[in-house]
This record gives sequence, C-alpha cells and structure tokens, in this order.
Amino acid sequence: MFKYLKQLTSLVAMVAVLFTFTTETMAAKKSKTLKNTQKKGFVRCGVSQGLPGFSNADAAGNWTGIDVDVCRAVAAAVLGDANKVKFTPLSAKERFTALTSGEIDILSRNTTWTLSRDADIGLTFVGVNFYDGQGFMVRKSSGITSTSQFKDGISACTNIGTTTELNMRDFFNSKGIKYEPVAFEKADEVVAAYDAGRCDTYTTDKSGLAAQRTKMSNPDEHIVLPETVSKEPLGPVVRQGDSVWEDIVRWSLNTMIEAEEYGITSANADMMKTSDNPAIKRLVGAEGELGAAFGLDNDWSLRIIKQVGNYGESYKRNIADTGILPDRGPNELWTKGGILYVPPAR
Amino acid sequence: MNFKLKDIFPQLITVTAVVLVFGFFTYNAQINMENRGIDFGYGFLSQESSFDVQFSLIEYDGSHSYFRAYLVGLLNTILVSVIGIIIATILGVIVGVARLSPNYLINKFAAFYVEFFRNIPLLLQIFFWYFAALRALPLPQDAEAIFGVFFLTIKGLYIPAFIWQNFSVFFYSIVAAIIAIIVIRIHAKRVQENQGKQIPVFLISIGLIFILPLLSFLIGGVGISFEVPVLKQLATTSFIYEGGVSLPPELIALTLSLSLYTATFIAECVRAGIQGVGKGQKEAAASIGLTPNQVLKLVIMPQALRIIIPPTTNQYLNLTKNSSLAAAIAYPDLVLVFAGTALMQTGKAIEIVSITMFTYLTLSISISLLMNWYNKKIAIQEK
Repeated sequence: MFKYLKQLTSLVAMVAVLFTFTTETMAAKKSKTLKNTQKKGFVRCGVSQGLPGFSNADAAGNWTGIDVDVCRAVAAAVLGDANKVKFTPLSAKERFTALTSGEIDILSRNTTWTLSRDADIGLTFVGVNFYDGQGFMVRKSSGITSTSQFKDGISACTNIGTTTELNMRDFFNSKGIKYEPVAFEKADEVVAAYDAGRCDTYTTDKSGLAAQRTKMSNPDEHIVLPETVSKEPLGPVVRQGDSVWEDIVRWSLNTMIEAEEYGITSANADMMKTSDNPAIKRLVGAEGELGAAFGLDNDWSLRIIKQVGNYGESYKRNIADTGILPDRGPNELWTKGGILYVPPAR
Repeated sequence: MNFKLKDIFPQLITVTAVVLVFGFFTYNAQINMENRGIDFGYGFLSQESSFDVQFSLIEYDGSHSYFRAYLVGLLNTILVSVIGIIIATILGVIVGVARLSPNYLINKFAAFYVEFFRNIPLLLQIFFWYFAALRALPLPQDAEAIFGVFFLTIKGLYIPAFIWQNFSVFFYSIVAAIIAIIVIRIHAKRVQENQGKQIPVFLISIGLIFILPLLSFLIGGVGISFEVPVLKQLATTSFIYEGGVSLPPELIALTLSLSLYTATFIAECVRAGIQGVGKGQKEAAASIGLTPNQVLKLVIMPQALRIIIPPTTNQYLNLTKNSSLAAAIAYPDLVLVFAGTALMQTGKAIEIVSITMFTYLTLSISISLLMNWYNKKIAIQEK
C-alpha cells in the first residue's frame, strides 16, 4: 500500500508541476505584473505627497489629479473599475526605489523623463502626460520681474532628489551668479521655508510652482517669472523588464489623448460605437481586437474613456478648473497648436 | 578534547543560519538587479556630481566628484555632532547639578526643563526651532545689530570674520603656553609628592594662557582686524549680508534642538552619578579637613564620573545618529547630501545606503572607543 502511495504522490506532483508550467506560460504572455494586479484586485500606484492638479488627496482621502488619472485609466483597463487603485504617496527621494523594489507597479508622480533615469536605474518611461519646464517664483514686492535681475548671493529653495537641483546649478553657472541652494526633502517644507522668507526664490517645475502658489499664506504676493530654464517632460514610469505591462500603461495614456483628438468624451463614448469613423470605432472597442495584444478584453479603452474621461476632460477637471494653469500651453493637442501627439491606436 | 560537540553545535547552527540569511539576501538582490538591468559598482564615486551644496567645510561645487560630496556631508554631520555634544555636555552638567541644588527655584526650574524637553519628540522640536522660531526672526534689512557686529536674521546668523596678521606667531604662543602648563603640572605633582607643598597650578595656568598670546600681540607683530558683515541689496525687498561669516539657520536650529534635547538626558546621568556616591564619602572627606571645593574635585567627582560616563556615551551616540534628522530642515548632512541627492541622481541605492550605514557605524564605534578609553582611565586602578 505504502509503495503505491509513494508512486501516486510523485505522479500527482509531476502533474501539478506540468500544470503550473502550462498556466505559467499562458499568463507569462500576459505579463507578470498584470497577473499580480488582477490577483490582488487593485493597481499599485506611486504618487506625490500632495501636488494640487497632479496628485493630491482631499480630506476624505480621495486622490485627484492628472497623474492620478493615469493610474485610474490603467485600473479601468485591466480591472474594469477606475477606483481600484492603491495610492502610495512618495517623496522625490523615495520614488524610484519604491518602483524598482516592486512596492508599486506604476510611478505617476510628475517625474521628468531623462536619459540617465530611463537607461541607468532599471526604469522605463512610457510617455509624457505633461510638458513642463523649470521656472522661478519670487515675491512681487521684491520688484523682480525677470531672472536677469538675479544677483550674487541669492538664496533658492528647492526639493532634493529632483532634476531641479541640477538645472538650478546649470542655470546659475551659465549666468555666473553665486547662489545659495537650500534643498528640503519634502515639498511642504520648501513652501513653508520660502513663505517664511528664508529664500529669495523658489524653483521647481512651473506647473509645481503654480500649484504650490495656491498653498502660500497669501498667493497674490508671489509671481512666477516668465523664463523657462529647462525642458521637463513629465510622465508615468514602470519597471524595466515587463514589456506587456509597459505597453498597457503607455496605451492607457495614449487612449486618453487620442480620445480627445477624436472628440470622444466620457459622456458620448457609448454613442460613438456607431460612428462612421473606423479610428473612433477602434478606440471604443466596436472594431478590431486591440485589447487581445495585452491579454485584455476589447472594451478596455472604452472603460478608460467612460470612467476617467479623455485627456482634455482630465486637464480641465484637475488643472484648469482649479485655477492652477487655465492656459494649456504646450499641453494642447497638436491639432490645436500644442505638442500633444500620440501614435495611432490601430 | 576540552570542548564537546554539544558546546559548539549551537554556535555552528547560528553561524550557518547567519551565512545563509546573508547569502539569500545577496543572491536575491543580485537576481533582481540583473532582471531590471541595474549595475552594481562603486565607480560612480569618481564621477562629477553636478549638484551644489548650501554649506560646506571644504571647497566643493558641482564640478567635484560624488566622493567629495560624500566628504562634505560627512564633515557637516561631524560638525553638528561635535558642537551638539559640547553644548549638550556643558548644559547637561549645569542642569544636572542644578537639580540637586537646595535652592527651590533653581531646583524646580531644572526639573521642569528636563521633563519638558525630553518628553517632546525630537523631530517636532527641530521643526519648532526651524519653522516657528525662524519665522519670528527679522528679515536682513530689519535686523538690529547685536553689539554692533552680529546680525541674527531669517537667512542666518552673520558674524564678523577675523583677519589675522602673523597668525603663526599667535598660534605658536598658544602651543608654547600649553607645553609650559603641562611641564608645570608635572613639576607641581612631584613637589607635592616629595615635599607636601602645593603650588597654585590653576592660577599659573590661567596666567600663562593669557600672557603668552598677549605678548605675541605686543612684541610678536600679531595683528587682528574684523570684517564686519555689510548689508547688500539684491532687489527691492530682498537683502543679504556680505562679508564676515554666515551660519545658516538650518545649522543653528539643528544644533540648538539636538543639544537642548540631549542635555536633558545627560543632566539625568549627572544627577544619578552624583547621587550614586555614598553620603559617607562626603562626610569622611569633610572630616579630614578638605574644603568643599576639594571634596567635590578630589572625592565626589572621580567616583561620580565612573557612574556618569557609560550612560553619557550612549547619549553622545544618540545625538550623532539623531543628527540625521537634518534632512527635514535642509541642513546638508550625510543623509541629505549623500543618501538623498546623490542617491537620487545616480540611482545606486544599495551602494549608497551601505556606505552611509557603514559610515554611521564607524562614527558611533569611534565615539564608543574614545569613551571606553576614558572610562577605563578613570576606573578604579587595582594595584
């Protein structure tokens, strides 16, 4: 009896191994991150510690912002519900480690796409959801209206762990100005120190300046100088090595932008199914099999548009209507004079 | 064989377990880093850092290497720790003694100070001194001069810089004074042991340390002048002081909060040490005719120190490690500069965190060794 039992168990073990192997290969095609996400039932998303318009939590703990919407779009695509996202607030310093160590699966935290970040530290940038540039904020009363009025000895408050620190050096060096960098770990402390008068200027991405200005004790006392001293394309980031997950995040973002281009909104998405334009029909899942390539069903893009809205809706809701940056500037569609241009979904 | 298998077996298991755990973590980290295309290596230390640091004891800017940035952070950490330890010790001893004072007011005030500062989290105190106290300071253009030359403003404390002529002569005069004092002390001890006569060493030492440097001014050609900070306008409402030395408010707030906090613990060590010496010691010393000063210096303190030193060492170590909270208020210490900015710019998390941990370990062990040496020196010498 025991003899057979032994053989039986080894047989069961072999079958089990074979079985897991086959299911493993089928799921591996779908991506390991996708599989884990579907198993957990939520998307793990890294955001900022509070930047109005980009990622900011209200008193009830609800996150809003255009960076938040990217994660919601992915959740709508892979889980069917834009609310199934677990947000992890991260400082600039913590963000990449959190992503590479696997604590989060998407980093959507006003992060600048640079060569060294993309190539060096195990990350992949999937696109740009906001074209930004570094600027300077000063007190109106200082009488400064342009960076050309900066003088030796100026003190500049900023965040550590950002491209800002490097751009600031490049900028002041190229102008030959001696400056005092005062770098904090958290954005709230930068604002508090600048607001208290510790620094003459506060420098970060212009969108960040506009958003943080709303947090000052008296926003009207401060102005953002017109000069832009760097290119800061901000976008979502994923871990290197899972190209299917990378594609899912990239095309979730692209879907939002392309939906705006074709005039598909959260309100009219269902009606668009009967449109004559094949490009529109593809985007709302009425034509083609676009989802299959990611291991998703065909309604993935429709869910994004219905639950999160297109890029224009997201921008209006989070950035324009909140008074942060009413003018879309470069973040307007290429068809309307901006530089938002995404590859076609087909 | 003297030792049996049952004695070494548990040790073997422990060693194997430790090796396995470390091996597993190393292996795991290697696999994960390989999968994500992250290289491991310390080569980045020689690369150009390309970021600036607000406050540095050595010459540094972004064109120097990451290693240089590491040194900047390390020296800033050591600076704030050393100043903090000195102030905390002085304050701690004063408060500790004050807690034993028969004067009700002094006694209660010291007790209040200790209970208040040691029961509020340090980070909160740092924020208080930096943000709350800083806001109360005037802007540079509104600052009142203290003694005509110091300016305490929201942008920092500006003090005059010394400009020396023939500094080396002055320096050697101090060295000479110190050597002379050591010689006199040795001589005085021998005289006391041989003849029982006491030489007023303290008074002579004070005299020497003042007179010799004074002579260097009068006949050695040493001169000194001050460079007083001068207000400079940057924009309509934006000013700074130029010239002199400026101490950033971050350094002041951090030193202040670290020393005020740690002093409370040192005060308790001092109180415990003094109370730990038997009452009979004091009475016996008084009964053989020692003056109260001598009782304290020759009988109480040598015994109290043996109780005070070991727990105080812990407080020194705590202060050094707590200085890493500097990152919260932008003081460029090791954590902010190296484990912060440098880590972010290079992405070398494992390398940088391991270097930082090893550095703090080395700092702490150095302080420990120094204090252990001192402890051994004042311990009872068995003859």
